[in-house]
Amino acid sequence: MESIVRIPSVTGVDVELKIAGPGGRSYAFVIDWHIRFLAAAAWFIGGTIAYVGGLRLLPADEVGSGYTFIVVVPAAAIYFLYHPVLEVLLRGQTPGKRMAGVRLVALADGGAPGIGALLVRNVFRLVDSLPSLYAVGLLTTMVTKNAVRIGDIAAGTVLVYDEPPSSQLLDRLSGSAVARLGLEQAQLVRELLDRWPQLGADARRKLATDLLARASVAPPGDDTALRAKLEELVA
Amino acid sequence: MSGQNVAGAKWFEQRVAEWRSAGARLRGLEHGKSAPAASVLEAVRTYPEIARDLAIARRAAPNAALTKYLEGVYRELHRSLFRPPVAFWRSVLRLFTHDAAAAVRELRWQIVAVVSLFVVSIGAGAWLVSAYPELASLFASEQMIDGVQRGELWTDNLLNVFPSSLLSVRIFTNNIVVALFAAALGVLYGLGTFYIIAMNGLSIGGVFAFTAQHGVAGRLFQFTAAHGFVELSVIFGIAGAVGLSLGEALARPGELTRAAAFQRAVARGFKLMVVCLTFLVGAGVLEGFVSPNARFPLSARLAIGLGYFAFFLLVLSGALGRFTRARPARG
Repeated sequence: MESIVRIPSVTGVDVELKIAGPGGRSYAFVIDWHIRFLAAAAWFIGGTIAYVGGLRLLPADEVGSGYTFIVVVPAAAIYFLYHPVLEVLLRGQTPGKRMAGVRLVALADGGAPGIGALLVRNVFRLVDSLPSLYAVGLLTTMVTKNAVRIGDIAAGTVLVYDEPPSSQLLDRLSGSAVARLGLEQAQLVRELLDRWPQLGADARRKLATDLLARASVAPPGDDTALRAKLEELVA
Repeated sequence: MSGQNVAGAKWFEQRVAEWRSAGARLRGLEHGKSAPAASVLEAVRTYPEIARDLAIARRAAPNAALTKYLEGVYRELHRSLFRPPVAFWRSVLRLFTHDAAAAVRELRWQIVAVVSLFVVSIGAGAWLVSAYPELASLFASEQMIDGVQRGELWTDNLLNVFPSSLLSVRIFTNNIVVALFAAALGVLYGLGTFYIIAMNGLSIGGVFAFTAQHGVAGRLFQFTAAHGFVELSVIFGIAGAVGLSLGEALARPGELTRAAAFQRAVARGFKLMVVCLTFLVGAGVLEGFVSPNARFPLSARLAIGLGYFAFFLLVLSGALGRFTRARPARG
């Protein structure tokens, strides 16, 4: 069952946000981890080749401040500051979170968390990552009501699914179709027509027959006529 | 056609253009620091209308794609309209002039408790090594022990190993991580912080007692004089007090829920931490450039260390805020 957090609004209609569980959260983290690891490694390897003239690890006594500040420090900064910096700049998102379709919001108002909250959330990675592989954080997301880790509890944030509204459906739904079938039925017919090529012949016949029966229309025998009838209903 | 369907169709046809344009307008509101006043006013007008439409859609067709679309538009409108104003630099200034001092006042008893624990631990460490010299191996590596027994300190040749700039970065990075750990581990009902403070106190006391036994404690004090006052105050005073306050909020939340009390303690404590961590950067620079440099006599080190500590206290006491308030306003 989907978990939902409800944010009260002045209109009296709550804003409903779908909470991302450990799965969505881990998916975003894995993407982000690879991005930051690859970016840091690329900087380190590229910097080493440019600075040393080849790819070899310098012995400790040969590591000067130039190499440290040009190669090592930026690579470490990319790896360790990836989350706090990007979450602040992208208002609670990172590339991984975007790809996973999730976003951080403040639990109090459903808006983007403030800079302080985002920094606090990242400081508590020190605790959430204990003893290794984010065990504490993962365990906490499994047992808390809003599937949050300790950093989120401290910062008052929650990770939610963030699907941008798409007006595609509005463009293809007509008032006459809604009048004939009702809102929900009209959309079901429209979605069935969208998925028509992907469905097997038996499955689409079964679904189409069922939807036509609800609209008190007798289903025609062949596949093409069935589709035409459905098109006619939502025209 | 049922009457309900006809009414639904009428509602759909009347409102669909508005829903479409509300979705399109969101893109302009979401991005950037500011939006044209007309767009904002339009969004303010649309917000309750979309709320009403969403309430109807939730009741009439809870699983319909249209309802999901309206949920999305409403959510984004809410996020855009209720976005708090961004005043980053003003907040930073306020942090240094007012918020840090206010947090110190609220955490004064935790600071007293944690400093007492630290001092007692230092005393215990010193007593342990004085009474049982073989216990020095608990607090110092074999290499350090050999060096001290020869009358050398591990800090003597630091600049031959690392340049000052590199040493500073390594030191302040490490100190910041230790301070954040000391504060964040307060989440274990304060016990994580308690053990960090106690173990570090024991270690510092033990090491000082061990160096005293071999007549080099004075040199160790000379090394720490420039950076130690602020560094120890931040890591084991402030970060420790913040950690204890987190533990206290969880153990004794009072009238608030545990989560709310914890969030309140975190918000207060980490404002103070931000200010103190900037002082740790300064302490790291001193430890890289002044402390290992033999050209600085003890008097200069003490002047630098105590001067920096006085500035630290000035900020944490709120005197800086009183000074900025007292300045006459321009014009």
